[in-house]
Parts: sequence; structure tokens; C-alpha cells
Amino acid sequence: MSGIVIIGAGQAAGQAAASLRQAKYEGSITILGNETQPPYQRPPLSKQYLSGELGIDRVMVRPEKFYADQSIALHTGTRVESIDRSTKSVTTSSGDAYQYDKLLIATGSRPRILTIPGSDLSGIHYLRTIDDVDGIRTAMQTAKKICIVGGGYIGLEVAAVAVTSGLQVTVLEMEERILQRVTTPEMSEYYHELHAGRGVNIRVNTGVSGFEGEGHISAVLCGDEAIDADLVIVGIGIIPNIELAEAAGLDCNNGITVDDHCRTSDPDIYAAGDCTNHPNPIMGRRLRLESVPNAMEQARVSAANMLGGDKAYASVPWFWSDQYDLKLQMVGFSADGDTSVLRGDKTLNQFAVFYLKDGKVVSVDAVNSPKEFMVCKQLYGKTVDPSVLADTDVELKTLLN
Amino acid sequence: MPQVKFIEFNGTEHNIDANNGDSMMVVATSNLVPGIDADCGGECSCATCHVLIGADWQAKLGAANDTEESMLDLNPDRSAESRLSCQIIVSDHLDGIVINLPEFQY
Repeated sequence: MSGIVIIGAGQAAGQAAASLRQAKYEGSITILGNETQPPYQRPPLSKQYLSGELGIDRVMVRPEKFYADQSIALHTGTRVESIDRSTKSVTTSSGDAYQYDKLLIATGSRPRILTIPGSDLSGIHYLRTIDDVDGIRTAMQTAKKICIVGGGYIGLEVAAVAVTSGLQVTVLEMEERILQRVTTPEMSEYYHELHAGRGVNIRVNTGVSGFEGEGHISAVLCGDEAIDADLVIVGIGIIPNIELAEAAGLDCNNGITVDDHCRTSDPDIYAAGDCTNHPNPIMGRRLRLESVPNAMEQARVSAANMLGGDKAYASVPWFWSDQYDLKLQMVGFSADGDTSVLRGDKTLNQFAVFYLKDGKVVSVDAVNSPKEFMVCKQLYGKTVDPSVLADTDVELKTLLN
Repeated sequence: MPQVKFIEFNGTEHNIDANNGDSMMVVATSNLVPGIDADCGGECSCATCHVLIGADWQAKLGAANDTEESMLDLNPDRSAESRLSCQIIVSDHLDGIVINLPEFQY
């Protein structure tokens, strides 16, 4: 039976299937995912799911029953081995073949793996899936000294949960500041001080050269120095899963190349989510994003267009990170700005830094400041007087007129 | 199971038996009620699950907290009936609630 086949069972896949049914598509929908769970939300994994605040049922995007109710064939634990564009079929590792009229590749991304001496010791974890976090949670119950390799958002979110639950926490960052890849020196400094103040030992300019232990990790080696650790979490970035697309001869360049309709170089194959490299018409350049809102929107765009619609993708990227009781909400990329404007008071842990380029708002980092976050989404690309943005006596609403 | 009625902007009704403890956002997305994007998954971070609830039912809900209020406040289409459905949890005392979906999310 043909119809629509979706490779991957993450948030983009789940949303695409739901959007197809919402659009009254009555053909077959098959989701093939290599994880054992139905589509679930990844953002809480390093936050409320790791801490135990949210159980697994609250992490699921929709109850498992939804897929059966909507006649969506959800095959979990199923790895796709190849895409054959000439016969329009995909084949799984167990040899099953699925024909498609339209195919959606929503294969997401996977953690970048460290391959240095000792990296196969037990007690070294990566964080991407529910299974990963279940393993980390179990390990955290007996661990005393956790070492986190990589001072990005994943690493810092884990650090916040771990230090709050009483572990001794060290974060190792090879660059000169944490969050170097994703934010400004000003925000890096703020988050460095925040974590240091909670007891996290942050070491910058510290590259990891190996791991030591008898079967299980006992120390992280940084050149001549050994840092004691009985649990290690590695969070050093992700790699888009493009191999299936590449092997099928689809154009790829730092992600699966799609157009603004989420079409790949094959008109019957679409791609959505972390695995795509897509044009952003608002920013005027191509992006590869590690972002749930992007995955959800590309899923909706793909679904509409697979059904013959004409829906273009045009969203300003946004992100969030929860650490301790601080919610950081971001719009756009701070690196795009040439000027920054502080609104609010950092010492109160409630402030926003707006970034402007040629006088136009291009980004915000908003800490416990949802209004500033929301207003930035609406002010994006508009010229605003910096002194007005900085003035907390000015109601943000008045800037929207 | 409490009954929840969602009414789309075009008048289409969705009558749903909801589970206690679920958010109204989850009830909507799990039952293919259109217009609730819920990009953040219920974190109160995106304001894409905006709904309208009449005064009689609003009285049975707790007031919006600071975060929900902030997210709603900057929406130019916000009305006195506006709420974020991810912040409203199903319980028996909401049996029969009527939730309208706004035009701007249609």
C-alpha cells in the first residue's frame, strides 16, 4: 500500500502525521522510527524529565492511542536502511519494504561522539533520547562526582539538575567561555557566575584528552591533570542524520538541502526538523537549526505541501533553556547584532539583552522576561530607538504601534 | 471523564472526553483540534495555544499566573477571555467547559 511514509518518529514526524490527518488526508500514513517510544518531546529530557519533575506520560507529544485512533501506522524500534527512489520505497533493517507516494525524512540528529582514549568505559553518557536519560537518572542515584564535557545548553541544564540534587559537578569547556558557540560574552559571563554561585565548578580552556578507569570511569584526563569523576555526560553538539538521504543521492550540504517548501532535490521527498538545511527568507540565508519550533513548523509546511498545498516556511528561529529557576528565551541569533541593549537588572535575574543590527532588532536573550521575548518576536527587523528599549519605564506594548 | 467542548472559529465543534490532569492544550492536540500549535509543548513559552473562555467558566479557573499573563499581554488580539490552554488543567469541576478558538490562530 502506498501513501505517505515518514522516516523518524520524533517531534517533526508526530506533528507531520497529525497535520496530515488534520488536513483530512485519508490515505495511509506510516511512521518508521528507530527508538522504542512514540514521538515525544526532547526539550524536557535535560530539564524536568531528568530531575523527575515530569514523568514519561507528560513528555509524550500525544498518547500512544492517538496513532491507532487516527489510523497512523507507527512502527517503533524500526530502523530504515535505505531509500530506493526508482521504486519509491524504503527498506528497514529487518527487510520490510514500504512503498511511498510522498516521503518525509525527519531523521533528526545525533550527539557528536568523543573518540579519545577511554571513551568506551562505562559511566560515560550522551543525552538525546529517553533511554539515554533513563540511564543517566539511574547513574545519578549512586554517583557522587559528575563531570560534564561541554558547556553548551545541554551540559549546563544537566549541571543545574545535578548540582541541585546534591552531586559534585564539574563542567569542562574547551573554549575560553561557556556557551561560546551560541551566545555573547556578556551572557556567557552571566551564566558562568550563575552556575559558579550554585556550586558548579566550571573550567574553561580545558580540553579533554582521555578517560581513566577500570571498566568504569574514575577520572577525566585533561592533559596532565586528572579530574575525579564517577559519571560523565558528554554534550558537545549534534550531527544531522543525513546518511539515508545522502545514500539515496539527495542533495545535502550541512543537512539535507530543502527549499522553502521543505522539498528535497527529489520532488516526492520532503525533509523536516534538525536534519534539514533550509532557506530562511526573513534572515536571507540558509540555516540548519537544532530547534523544536523549527521541527514543528517544517512538519506543518511539509504536510501541507505533500498534499499539494503551497505553504512556504518563514519563521524567525527561537529557542529556550531552563536552568535552576531561570527561563532563558531567545529569538534569532545574537551574533547577528552589532549593538546590544540591556533592559532590566541582571542582579535580579530578570533582564533581557536586545541585539540590533543597523538599528534594527535582530535578537534577544530574555531571562525570566517573557514579555521581552514576545515583543522581540514582533519587533524583529524593525528599527527601534535603543534608549527606549533600555528604559524599563517604557511599556513594551507602546513599541508595537 | 470531564467533557470539554472546543469550538473552532468557523463554528466546528469538538466534544471530547478529557483525562483529569491533562492540560487543555494536550486535550486539543491529542484530538486533532486545529489551531493549537503548542510549539513549546506546554512550557508557557510560545503562546501558540491561545484560547478564549467565557466569564462564567473563567470564574472556575484560577487566575493566569505572571508568566501566562506576560505571554498574553503583548498579543494585540488579546481579549478578556484569552487564556493559554497549556496552563489549564482538566479536572472534574471543569466538566462541560466550552473553549473557543480565536480567529488569529485559525
